[in-house]
Amino acid sequence: MKKLVFIFLFGAITMMLSAQTESDGIMMSKNNFCGGLAYTYSYWDHYWEGTFRRNNANIGTVRTSSITAMGAYGVNDRLNILFSLPYIKTSSTAGTLKGQKGIQDLNLYLKWLAFRKNVDPSGYSIFVVLGGSTRTSDYAADFLPMSIGLKSSTLSARLIGDYQIKDFFVTVSGSYIYRFNIKIDRPAYYTDKMIYSNEVFMPDVFSSKLGLGYRKGDLILEGVVDNMNTLDGFDIRKNDMPFPSNKMEMTRAGINLKVPVINGLSIIANSFYTIQGRNVGQSLSGSIGALYIFNLKKTNT
Amino acid sequence: MKKIVLIIFLAVSTVLFDSCSKEVISVSDNQTGLDPSQTDTDAKNWKPVLLSAPNEFAIDAPSPVTSPDYVAELNEILGWQDNLTNEQIESIDYWKAGGVLRWNEILRELVAKYNLPPYQNADGNYPVPSAANPFSYPQFPFSNPPYAARAYAYVSAAQYDALIAASYYKSQYKRESPGKVNSNIKLLVPESQVKNYAYPSEEAVISGVTIEILKLLFPTEIAYIQQKGYEHNLSRLMAGASTRSDLAAGEKLGKLVASKFVVRARNDRAGQAGGNADLWSSLAQKAIAKGETPWISQESPLRPPMLPRFGVVKGFLMDSISVINGRPVAPPSTNSEEFKKDVEEVLWYSEHETKERYKLVDFWADGAGTYTPPGHWNAIACESFANQKFSEVRWARNLALLNMAMMDAAICCWDAKYTFFTPRPCQVNPKIKTTTGLPNFPSYTSGHSTFSGAAATVLSHIIPAKANDFNNFANEASLSRLYGAIHYKRDCDVGLKMGKAIGEKAVSRAMADGAE
Repeated sequence: MKKLVFIFLFGAITMMLSAQTESDGIMMSKNNFCGGLAYTYSYWDHYWEGTFRRNNANIGTVRTSSITAMGAYGVNDRLNILFSLPYIKTSSTAGTLKGQKGIQDLNLYLKWLAFRKNVDPSGYSIFVVLGGSTRTSDYAADFLPMSIGLKSSTLSARLIGDYQIKDFFVTVSGSYIYRFNIKIDRPAYYTDKMIYSNEVFMPDVFSSKLGLGYRKGDLILEGVVDNMNTLDGFDIRKNDMPFPSNKMEMTRAGINLKVPVINGLSIIANSFYTIQGRNVGQSLSGSIGALYIFNLKKTNT
Repeated sequence: MKKIVLIIFLAVSTVLFDSCSKEVISVSDNQTGLDPSQTDTDAKNWKPVLLSAPNEFAIDAPSPVTSPDYVAELNEILGWQDNLTNEQIESIDYWKAGGVLRWNEILRELVAKYNLPPYQNADGNYPVPSAANPFSYPQFPFSNPPYAARAYAYVSAAQYDALIAASYYKSQYKRESPGKVNSNIKLLVPESQVKNYAYPSEEAVISGVTIEILKLLFPTEIAYIQQKGYEHNLSRLMAGASTRSDLAAGEKLGKLVASKFVVRARNDRAGQAGGNADLWSSLAQKAIAKGETPWISQESPLRPPMLPRFGVVKGFLMDSISVINGRPVAPPSTNSEEFKKDVEEVLWYSEHETKERYKLVDFWADGAGTYTPPGHWNAIACESFANQKFSEVRWARNLALLNMAMMDAAICCWDAKYTFFTPRPCQVNPKIKTTTGLPNFPSYTSGHSTFSGAAATVLSHIIPAKANDFNNFANEASLSRLYGAIHYKRDCDVGLKMGKAIGEKAVSRAMADGAE
């Protein structure tokens, strides 16, 4: 399993990718626990202010690094529990704004293998993944682009289809993410109108993903295109600051790699580039991490 | 196991489809109807700001309530009331909170909308918003804090004078409200709103005077403003509070009073406050000649300082001589040990961020894209006034006192900023990182502190029972700028003190204006 977290936009929502995550076509076997750590670095120096792509010499390059602890446990062969928790640090190379750091949001997922059929040499699977996330520290959401997250708790439902023929596979998935409103420390704010409240309406998000690749045993090489869209929200006005409830869109392309090293130990790596966006930074990210699979039943007996 | 998954799935779906629960309720949605405990019929004797007398502008006598014209006007109201839509009832309920409050909210919204620094040209220069060509980017105005302070002051002071004039004609012409003439007309606003005479309509006076001032201040929003004014007046007609001639006379009076303020605004020197390249470099040269480190913009490309000549704008409470006489003592030299200590203190706060301090920094940020610190104090004032049962004219008078004080605070503070031209802490020590946007003008004294000292002093006089709250707010607003690492503590302390002294001038006016 691997779960790589990156900060998209200006700090913000975490997304996990790659093998044995909430969005792939792989399951842990019963009683197996896979745990690991991954380091992610991402940066951007251009961003989209609405649809206008620009840079900003008062921010320079915004850099985000994170270390994510993650795990997956096989309740049985058809049901997995997954979690991840990142520690995030942001900084910028220009301007006066202070970088932020802290433990961000805990993500939990139940992944259910709803259907599987193998007709040699092919296999079809359908997964249903239900998830939720909530912040674990009182970080500031209203300080984009330096914020480490948006503070919004979420509930999500994802449907995944996976088709494998010999050692090649294709995975498609779509996810609806319900986002709870957040509270900021200001008593009023302007979106496309004045709102006299410290509560911020957070539009829901739809995300989708297409993965194509090679999978043999624990070795995985995958090319990915993914997309996320907030279903409402407003554009950053010209020369304004970003805001948690902006309309955010992004499409990324990237690769995932998982290489088994020895006996249960794998190295994971990935890289993504934002090819299109709206109210987000055009980030390039890279991750590397290690995963280890334990059989809990064996160790207990 | 499947059952558990199913139950969780259902629970998630329930939340997903219950999207209505995410609607955010604005404080302003919950305002109840204005319900004055005192009618303030003697407001015609209060001291206006610019008017030479309450009857400086003449309003014709209304036709008698027995005339066919008036009967037709009553029939119009009956016609509206015969078939009110939900939307019309919502409009009546919205505006019955009071025109002074609603137009103050609209103004705050316009300030927030236009409070964005221009984006640079390809050559690295910044375009300047032009009142003569308001629609081309950057749209006019850039409603930064001094511009906003002035806008709030003109609107509030003009509303106040216009309502004094209205009070004069109400008691001169003594026309009853429509419901008293025809009992079939229902009153859809609190009874206390029509206790005074109906001609001219107070609410139409407010919208009339405000629209004329806003035409000058926010020229790209005239269509929006006119629409609001139309809705405001129509709501009073549908509510059975005014007839069409009550409204027409009010609108006319409002416009006449506004004309006096517009002439003043065109000549108050605010139009030249931006200065020019020669002025900008001379300010730095002057500081260098004194052996001081001059303020330098920390933006890239370098942005000209914000409104360097705002200190010579004509204030409402103070003339230019008293601005200069009230100037604070010079800050310590940028070469002194004392100054170094001040910088060290800011560095300490920059490196020791806490959640509690950050909350204050964000609460009082009031930076780009917001209604500015004066707008924040208007919001605080309006929330505090809401349960005080003030009449419209008293609302206008209290906001005029508050906003004239804050405009003068802007003038005095900007005078100090460009007299001393003190560099920001992070210019002196780049290790200092800020947790809020760095304003593009010199440090000494703090604008937030000066505004807040003035505002808290005026509001404490108006509602003495809340004086502690207002003063705590002012102290927090002031210190939040040190916590955010954009001001020395000295800027905050001196600004607050300066603001309080300016607030006292408004208090002196309040004690002598005939309303207390």
